[in-house]
Amino acid sequence: MSTQPTTRAEDVTQLAAVQKALATGPRPERASALSAAVAFGWRGMLKVKHVPEQLLDATLTPVLFLLMFTYLFGGALEGSTEDYLQFLLPGNLVLSVLFTTVYSGVALNTDITKGVTDRFRSLPIWRPAPLVGAMLGDTVRYLVAGTVVIVLGVIMGFRPEGGVAGVLAALLLVVVFAFALAWVFTTLGLILREPNAVLNSGFMALFPLTFLSNTFVDPKTLPGWLEAFVDVNPISQVVTASRGLMEGNASAGDIGLVLAIAVVLTAVFLPLTTHLYRRRG
Amino acid sequence: MPPLSPLAIEATGLGKSFGETCAVDGLDLSVRRGAVYGMLGPNGAGKTTTVRMLATLLRPDEGTAQVLGHDVVDEADAVRGLVSLTGQLASVDEALTGRENLVLIGRLLGFRRADAKRRAAELLDAFGLSDAAGRLVKNYSGGMRRRLDIAASLVVTPELMILDEPTTGLDPRSRNQVWDIIRALAGSGTTVLLCTQYLDEADRLADGIAVIDSGTVIAEGTPSQLKASVGSGALHVRLLDPEQRTEAESVLARALDAPVQLEADPTALSAACAAPDRGAEAVAELSRADIQVADFSLGQPSLDEVFLALTGHTAEEAAEDPEVEEAA
Repeated sequence: MSTQPTTRAEDVTQLAAVQKALATGPRPERASALSAAVAFGWRGMLKVKHVPEQLLDATLTPVLFLLMFTYLFGGALEGSTEDYLQFLLPGNLVLSVLFTTVYSGVALNTDITKGVTDRFRSLPIWRPAPLVGAMLGDTVRYLVAGTVVIVLGVIMGFRPEGGVAGVLAALLLVVVFAFALAWVFTTLGLILREPNAVLNSGFMALFPLTFLSNTFVDPKTLPGWLEAFVDVNPISQVVTASRGLMEGNASAGDIGLVLAIAVVLTAVFLPLTTHLYRRRG
Repeated sequence: MPPLSPLAIEATGLGKSFGETCAVDGLDLSVRRGAVYGMLGPNGAGKTTTVRMLATLLRPDEGTAQVLGHDVVDEADAVRGLVSLTGQLASVDEALTGRENLVLIGRLLGFRRADAKRRAAELLDAFGLSDAAGRLVKNYSGGMRRRLDIAASLVVTPELMILDEPTTGLDPRSRNQVWDIIRALAGSGTTVLLCTQYLDEADRLADGIAVIDSGTVIAEGTPSQLKASVGSGALHVRLLDPEQRTEAESVLARALDAPVQLEADPTALSAACAAPDRGAEAVAELSRADIQVADFSLGQPSLDEVFLALTGHTAEEAAEDPEVEEAA
């Protein structure tokens, strides 16, 4: 229709249609906080549907790591690829889900640079609804990213002691931690100027943190100074708890520590995100 | 219940700074209900910052503003319920389809799913977007994106619609469509605040115009009052020989008794010209002075000419735009 010249008569018909569309019925009741958040959650799901590449990008790296480390280094590191897979997979699950959290910041930054946020902020809705709703969409992405790694692991021969319940518990714990970490990236998304800057700095932070953890190797084999760092790296705590749950020998202390870190991250970065979100614009 | 104010917008001494840059500086504005009001000014004049304050997206540093009887700071939520803003950036989600964008806004405004869908279909049809409804917005043309953006502002018909440069960057046909939509809106009783850089646009649509420069209102009136203050039109002259431009400048300044503006084209110059016969006389003066004229025309004053007449400087000389940066 864009290439075809239209007559003035068509434009007149259109004007009448616009006039008709303007004469609407009564205003609806205002959306409740919950239904506004649910609407934003629906938007998050639609994005997963329309832009699956983003989820693929985030999942591809962990999948490659899983294949590469297991078959290439597994034998050398643990004696056999099967044994190494049992060690690696819980950490790889953490890696896969946490990489996805960077995109929460990217999505928020995209909304701001494209001007969509202006639209949302000018609507009479519960103020945090866009942020809360986005979390609902994120849940789907975290679960997909986690499930991909677990399913691939099982195909490759991963047989955890903790069984299905242990694996699900680990997935749940990692997703909870991911929610907390995502606030760090939404904060970053509100500070940095463009989506690519968020993506790059997010991965620049996550890559060293995931490598310098107990994901790929036992920290006892590392030099003392590095082992000290790996031990205090919060990612290591998440991996330890995830491993414990899958192997059926998690201690309440390990799980509690992960939840405590999640609470601290949320307590610092959630208010920071909402503060910056209100101010920005 | 408080008495209904006859004014849709009443702003007094509005001010907003970004760091060192003062974007809006003591701006007063009153717009009566049902009017189409134009805010005319160049980039960086403070139009966008002003409308962002009126739409509750920015908090004013100074002054107060009442929109439809509600304070934009203390009763921001009430203002949001009555006002729609269509910003300079088309505020639509590129990763969703046109239909999904409208359904989302409908649901956020409290429509139930089925009603939101019906309303979206109605608007898509009215705005000529039915065929593209299922396509992702990132594949839309500029005109389609702009229409969708305006449709999103009309999911619930607002009492005040603010449009920030709605036709900038559009082709003539899309521009005409947007103009028709604005006329239809005004016809339905909605108050319209229209920011524009084009005097022509304000002239066609607005019943009142405020000219903004450096964050404040420098002139206000009906389009005809404004044009009368500038002169009914402008004389545009192009010379055969750019060497003669300086001489032509002084001849025209004398003949028209008005400041002459040198255009970017080295052979072109223009000046405010009150009446056609004076323009003709001025062109005759040029040939008497042996200056060869390639062509000339008498036209409506441009924003530049309005500015030159009102401020003594051209629109391009205005400060770099702090608000585009800020909005990004």
